[in-house]
Amino acid sequence: MTQNPKPRKKKHSLNIDAPLHVTGRTIYLDDMPELGGTLYAKVYYSPYAHASITSIDYSEARQQPGIIDIIDHSRIPGENQIGGIIPDEPLLAVDELHFIGMPILIIVSTDELNAHKASQLIKLEVEEKEVIVDVEEAYRRRSFLSAPIHFSLGDAEHAFTDCAHVFEGSASSGGQEHVYLEPQGAYAIPQQQGMKIFSSTQGPTAVQHTVAKVLGWSMNLIEVDVNRIGGGFGGKEDQASPWAAMAALAAHICQRPVKLILERGEDLQMTGKRHPYQSHYKIGLDTSGKIIAFEARYLQNGGAAADLSPAVLQRTLFHSTNSYYIPHVRISAYSCRTNLPPNTAFRGFGGPQGMYVMEAALDHAATALDIEVHDIQRKNLLYESAEFPYGQLAEACAAQHCWDEAVESYDLSGSMKKIEDYNAAHQWSKKGLSLMPICFGISFTNTMMNQARALVHVYHDGSVGISTGAVEMGQGVSSKMIQVAAGCFGLPHEHIKLESTNTTRVANTSPSAASATADLNGKALQDACSQIIHRLQDLLRDQWSLTEADELQIDNASAYVAGTDHLMSWQELVTLAFQQRVNLSAKGHYATPTIHFNKETSKGIPFAYHVYGTAITTCTVDCLRGNYELDKVQIVHDFGSSMNRAVDLGQIEGGLAQGIGWMTMEELIYNDKGQLKSGNLANYKIPDIYSVPKEVQVQYLNTPGAELAINKSKAVGEPPLMYGIGAYFAIHQAIKRFNPQAVIPYSAPMTTEKVLLALYSKRDSE
Amino acid sequence: MIEFVLNQTKIQTELPAGTAMLDFIRKHQQLTGSKLVCKEGECGACSVLVGSHSDDGMIYQSMTSCIMPLINAHGKHIVTIEGLNMEQLTPVQQAMTDQYGTQCGYCTPGFVVSLSGYLLSGGKPQIEGIIAAIDGNICRCTGYKSIERAAADICKRVLPDMSEMSIDSLVSAGYIPRYFQEIDALIKDINPITHHPKAPRTVGGGTDLYVQRPKQMYEAVIQGVYSIPAMNQISIEGDECTFGAACTMGDLYRSTVFQEAVPDADYMFKLLSSTQIRNMATIGGNLVNASPIGDFTIILLALDADLILRLGDHTRQVALKDFYKEYKVTDLQENELVEQIKFKATRDRSHFHFEKVSQRKYFDIASVNLASQIEIEDGIIKEAHLAIGGVGPIPMYLHQVRASIIGKEMNGSTMELAIQKLQEEISPISDARGSSDYKRLLARQLLIAQFLAIDPVICDHHQIMAL
Ligand SMILES: Cc1cc2nc3c(=O)[nH]c(=O)nc-3n(C[C@H](O)[C@H](O)[C@H](O)COP(=O)(O)OP(=O)(O)OC[C@H]3O[C@@H](n4cnc5c(N)ncnc54)[C@H](O)[C@@H]3O)c2cc1C
Repeated sequence: MTQNPKPRKKKHSLNIDAPLHVTGRTIYLDDMPELGGTLYAKVYYSPYAHASITSIDYSEARQQPGIIDIIDHSRIPGENQIGGIIPDEPLLAVDELHFIGMPILIIVSTDELNAHKASQLIKLEVEEKEVIVDVEEAYRRRSFLSAPIHFSLGDAEHAFTDCAHVFEGSASSGGQEHVYLEPQGAYAIPQQQGMKIFSSTQGPTAVQHTVAKVLGWSMNLIEVDVNRIGGGFGGKEDQASPWAAMAALAAHICQRPVKLILERGEDLQMTGKRHPYQSHYKIGLDTSGKIIAFEARYLQNGGAAADLSPAVLQRTLFHSTNSYYIPHVRISAYSCRTNLPPNTAFRGFGGPQGMYVMEAALDHAATALDIEVHDIQRKNLLYESAEFPYGQLAEACAAQHCWDEAVESYDLSGSMKKIEDYNAAHQWSKKGLSLMPICFGISFTNTMMNQARALVHVYHDGSVGISTGAVEMGQGVSSKMIQVAAGCFGLPHEHIKLESTNTTRVANTSPSAASATADLNGKALQDACSQIIHRLQDLLRDQWSLTEADELQIDNASAYVAGTDHLMSWQELVTLAFQQRVNLSAKGHYATPTIHFNKETSKGIPFAYHVYGTAITTCTVDCLRGNYELDKVQIVHDFGSSMNRAVDLGQIEGGLAQGIGWMTMEELIYNDKGQLKSGNLANYKIPDIYSVPKEVQVQYLNTPGAELAINKSKAVGEPPLMYGIGAYFAIHQAIKRFNPQAVIPYSAPMTTEKVLLALYSKRDSE
Repeated sequence: MIEFVLNQTKIQTELPAGTAMLDFIRKHQQLTGSKLVCKEGECGACSVLVGSHSDDGMIYQSMTSCIMPLINAHGKHIVTIEGLNMEQLTPVQQAMTDQYGTQCGYCTPGFVVSLSGYLLSGGKPQIEGIIAAIDGNICRCTGYKSIERAAADICKRVLPDMSEMSIDSLVSAGYIPRYFQEIDALIKDINPITHHPKAPRTVGGGTDLYVQRPKQMYEAVIQGVYSIPAMNQISIEGDECTFGAACTMGDLYRSTVFQEAVPDADYMFKLLSSTQIRNMATIGGNLVNASPIGDFTIILLALDADLILRLGDHTRQVALKDFYKEYKVTDLQENELVEQIKFKATRDRSHFHFEKVSQRKYFDIASVNLASQIEIEDGIIKEAHLAIGGVGPIPMYLHQVRASIIGKEMNGSTMELAIQKLQEEISPISDARGSSDYKRLLARQLLIAQFLAIDPVICDHHQIMAL
């Protein structure tokens, strides 16, 4: 009897892309060899935040050498419309200008320098109109992008009257620029029939749909291909589409390949960002510190068009109580129209803005009651079957588990003692500490989007090609997809090739977003793989005349029946299957079961599961200069059963840094003319290697994981961003150690300016 | 004609001297590993190594190719990520792979180049040094922790392996491709570029010009100063330190002469931009761009430096504190060059101190910066030069503060007097770097910090809170 092959060593941490990245061999959009005759498109955009065009003259620009065409809205054969959720945004301005950066013309040129020169020769005359930048002003005028959303649980109105303590206040958080390192762009190539577009997008289907609409074609004439993208973070979920549409429009008109890649400054000016929020909260507690009631009104600065704002707004409400159970909740959110570029998805998708307000309210209560905020936090953490304001019950709730584990394993009381000693010994430098619990729901809140497909080919030499709707943008989904397929087929990952994401191979994809990409596409891929495996099993059962009782295995690159000498290599099996004319390709499909949400009642089960965690953040503030360092962040995170620990750890560390950036140094400054003052990377600072916490510790909480997560490995893309909120409150704490009277408005980001002003602030009464 | 070696290839090109190196690499040579991200030197994704011949062999420095004029490559060895690749991953590449130091990958080639530059410039196995080599590389995905682990790997596994960090030993260890050994001979033969003294535009490192007016630079007629010998030397005679205006911040940082003249100033260089930018940015460029917030300008004002200016055969000397007329206007005449800078070494005669606060602690332009040089004898302030940036239209030499404290005792009340004079002398405005109230407060704090640096108990925080 032959021995069964040795089990394959379980590879936890595949990183399929790393060898390409470190050698510079990865091919991004701008690295593709260009076809002969390729033209370059440049966007001429509005320098006014609000105006009507009285005249636009580009005849001189048109004469510039190298200029092939200058295209305005009248040349659009289909619809001049790119709004995803609400059709309220033209691709090219017609006569109204609504924000600085709104595209007006497409300059098509044989080279980039001449396109730039031409853009300088365009004469735009306008009648300027009143500019609204301030979200509260927009709210006062009832200028909304979509209908307000309200959630409620219990009876908040009456509950407040029973509260021992009620606190009210306001909190604001700033926007955040994505700074995906690869800028927005697309390369459109006219085909014999239709158009092929290479796009740096998280949403190939969104691009396909938008281009089809703009050209007035059916979707099957548009092929969108994405090899990978150099970062997205939500910024290329919906907002990659206009650039592709412009490239395609120009390519269609000129009948030549057209490349449109934004320069950084253009990208910063023209694209939307994380929404700034201005919020008002009211929190009521009983004498024991239990939160009884919570009320809040969130004003979202949506910019000039709806984009994804309504969906972002909704998620703010989903996460407004963060990781806490509050029996009486009444919350409303308003998406306000201003003259900023339409704001859009950004990792966390409105959730972080809601959670920040909750933490501000708790800090407010704790400060007023002169107790430690973490006493209130702990007392109110979610527990099994606790009800969220939207009606779902917490299941496999790990909120308390994460918290307690963090407090214990990282020795919170020891850390606090050390901080006290340090603060007593240093007059110009103070340390602060915060705890930040998180709870984040996984699934697109638009239930329809929770579906995915995959295509698998087993070639007759035994190698495997897989396609899914997932776009690799650094989150490691390509490694995870290969792991899934390798796991299903029992093959080493070298046998599997992941193809580009292409709308002709996998159609009707949801964007790679909402942290759900690996779950949805992985499960669709499993479906496809197992169809092929079943066919192979049927073949072998026949071939080897097996009975139901025989345990047929396809694993370790072979097929065998335990306890018999039936054995065949994978290669032999595939050859046999091919000879026997077995279908070696399959298309998989997955739709998340059980989820639903009723928009009318704001109740349902919108999430497949929740992810939990707790972070302890320690910082040191230089009380002379107002700058600060983050000493360490200690995290206990609920990964479920992580299928790729290194990739998942990278998401925690990277999400944390991005959250810290949002809460501390990343500051978007618009003047009252709607002009972005931090419109380049010299003025808009994201964390460098010295700004991230000196130490980040991550503990993997031991939980079984969720059935609806791929291989029970929970989604990990967005949740860790919210740990960054802890940095904000740690700095708060440190400031109060220096100046107990400090006036510190809840206003993120906590820039060095705000820190210094707070350190030396004095209460009015003094 | 501009001549240099790109990786293994000898380049001779008639392209305009102002062409950005990154465009040359990506568009003319189809080497796409170096990425175009910001075109401002702000992210390091386009980093290349620039090798120069020296008496001790080749010296390599990292630079951001997006704002590097082609002319500055003349006679050099330019190394892109492609030029580092071998059949197997290099130890730097292996460490980045093993430690998952890459996510989306767009920044990765830049990190690999900068880290390799550390090896090539004889880096020691000290983690701080390795991290400093990537202080100009921005990553948006990883949060840097995995990259730090890769750096630790290099520190632990790669560097101790090497007894000496020469090209030969790096080649024989299999850390860099073999062709590196032939480069010195190749570039030695390249003739110096002929200068057009009447070229309308002088370019130093280009780190200001290519950010302010990138498009014009492609077609501008330019002259470079990197290769003018008189503008690249650093010397000290007695107490007088003289250096050429083409010296970069990096040159001064590494110069033992400068260290002798201004001891213990390492902390100061760490606050100036990034490794790549320091390797490019000349002091002349810092002075002439006349930014009210230029760090080296503030430093040199506090060193009470003099400038030697040259127009053709004519030279003249001006005190730096008289050089700035109004916002972005200097005493410099058309085509006049800042050739050299002179100052009196501080040594242990006086206390020299530099303060800078910016939104991001490192690799950022200051909100306010302040430098001071104070000479104290028997507790009395004998001489003082103070300068501050970001609080007025020009880099300010604080005449009134100086006058108010000279001859006074070094104590808390003198400090309070200085604060009062400072507030009278400055006139900050609100802009992207902060509100005017903030800058006033910060200016005060930095002045206090500089007093505290001399006397740590000159005041306590209650006193300051009461101000
Ligand atoms: C990413 C980044 C970070 C930066 N960080 C800092 C920082 O932290 N601190 C800081 O102070 N600056 C910073 N800068 C600004 C800039 O790097 C410095 O001001 C630098 O010193 C400019 O020198 P350069 O040689 O590159 O100037 P260039 O751009 O080459 O020239 C600047 C101006 O000076 C003129 N010029 C240059 N040399 C001479 C000469 N010898 N004689 C006459 N005219 C001359 C040029 O014609 C031009 O008008 C930063 C820039 C970048 C891109």
